[in-house]
Amino acid sequence: MKYILMMNTMRAGAGVPTWPQADLQAHIAFMRGLNRDLKESGELVSAEGLSFPDQAHLVRAGKDGAPATDGVFPESKEFLAGFWIVDVDTPERAYAIAAGVSAAPGPGGKPLNMPIEVRPVMSAPPPEML
Amino acid sequence: MTEPATTNRWDEASEGLLRELAPQVLGVVARRFGNFSSAEDAVQEAMLAAFKQWPQEGIPENPRGWLIRVALRRMTDTARSEIARRERETAMTPEAEPMIEPAEMEMDMDPEDTLVLLFMCCHPALSMPSAIALTLRAVGGLTTAEIANAFLVPEATMAQRISRAKQSIKASKVPFRLPNPQERRELLPAVLHVLYLIFSEGYLSSIGAHLQRLDLAREAIRLTRGARALLPEDAEIAGLLALMLLTDARRNARTGLSEELIPLDKQDRSLWDRAEIAEGKDLLTLALSQGTVGLYQLQAAISAVHDEATRADDTDWPQILALYELLQRVAPSPMVTLNQAIAVAMVHGPARGLEHLQTLDRDERLGSHYRLDAVRGHLFEKLGDLEKAIQHYRAAAARTTSLPEQNYLMMQAARLANLHGA
Repeated sequence: MKYILMMNTMRAGAGVPTWPQADLQAHIAFMRGLNRDLKESGELVSAEGLSFPDQAHLVRAGKDGAPATDGVFPESKEFLAGFWIVDVDTPERAYAIAAGVSAAPGPGGKPLNMPIEVRPVMSAPPPEML
Repeated sequence: MTEPATTNRWDEASEGLLRELAPQVLGVVARRFGNFSSAEDAVQEAMLAAFKQWPQEGIPENPRGWLIRVALRRMTDTARSEIARRERETAMTPEAEPMIEPAEMEMDMDPEDTLVLLFMCCHPALSMPSAIALTLRAVGGLTTAEIANAFLVPEATMAQRISRAKQSIKASKVPFRLPNPQERRELLPAVLHVLYLIFSEGYLSSIGAHLQRLDLAREAIRLTRGARALLPEDAEIAGLLALMLLTDARRNARTGLSEELIPLDKQDRSLWDRAEIAEGKDLLTLALSQGTVGLYQLQAAISAVHDEATRADDTDWPQILALYELLQRVAPSPMVTLNQAIAVAMVHGPARGLEHLQTLDRDERLGSHYRLDAVRGHLFEKLGDLEKAIQHYRAAAARTTSLPEQNYLMMQAARLANLHGA
């Protein structure tokens, strides 16, 4: 069963975190370690971090279907900061991984306890009913 | 390579030969070195070398000997660097490495090795995903890349899954030998379950975006055929093979032009594979005469009744219902109850079918499973209560995690809403 773990933590306008160097290092090391563990457990499908919200554009089809782009709206509350797709045995295992992500260390090394949204990835259909 | 190469053309049969040889070669190497894990890695590398060289240079005259030799070289290379490492660390002179002739090793071949490997890779000590991956590689002779591709995960992830599987085997001290008859009886259900899961994974993923190069359903059929050849007296293996064939026979009819799901009663039955149905039915007849009737034989029997009907209306539902009642006794589960409800509805009317489903409301194993709503939607439609049918179809669509099925369920609701509004 595949699940996506979404980290919706970025605020519009908020740029690079200004944490002390040691805290930033601890955070980066934590995330690296997490990805390495997921690779080693044979559960990682993909993991991506996304650029900061100031790089985001909203695109709609304009006249003749040509792209009409717009900048980021400052009132947007949350942006996707990154995501993991994992292939696990049970939903509980996906929740456990998400809890691990949530506890990533922030300033002062304290766990951030970020909310991580976990949703099943749609898959192929099960065998037909007889 | 010093061996004279023949000029055989590389085709599906050659690929089949190569895969067939993989577990035999692994058996020889693993027994000789007493190290299943590194033997398995060495054979995988020999397989990769063969996949690279044979299509271009032709199949060697003695393909098995070729694979043994390459795997052997790999084993000695690993051993040598291990010795060198230890030498550096302890500054001791290593013992002379015993020379082993591949030809001599070939005589170690034991036709039962494939079976030993199957029991080992499907051992209950392994997690299901690990068992599936290792079985496909060690017994099925597939490459890590092929298996990863079939499950839509990166190759590195699949490689880790396989190495963890081997760690579990080592940790739980699963021996490299054929289980005795008593052990075999205990271990066989796990083997059959792994084979069944490989089949259903392949059957599912043959649709749309999930269409893959490697046909897991066919691999599962091949592996199960192999298991049946090695344990011909086992009725459940025959039952499982029959179930796979009778299900696979409908493959071309189960999706439409735009890859939409087509339910059994709407399928174009002329697209069903008659040869597969005939083989499945023969196997089933044989299995049923062999003794104890098990879970797979009963499911195959239900499948056979469906396959026998030329038109959906000709389906012998009373017989299907009787088979579900039997299945409920042999292997009770909420899924069986759910499917049984459809048979009840077909024999005694939709109201009785809906009644039958009520027992599932309190069943926590099924809980709020979308299938329960999907079946209710179907039965309310038959009853003529379109409003309730739409409601249940939509509830099911909201909860399924399968995209083609979600589309199907939403379309059912939309179709009824159309009728209802008109």
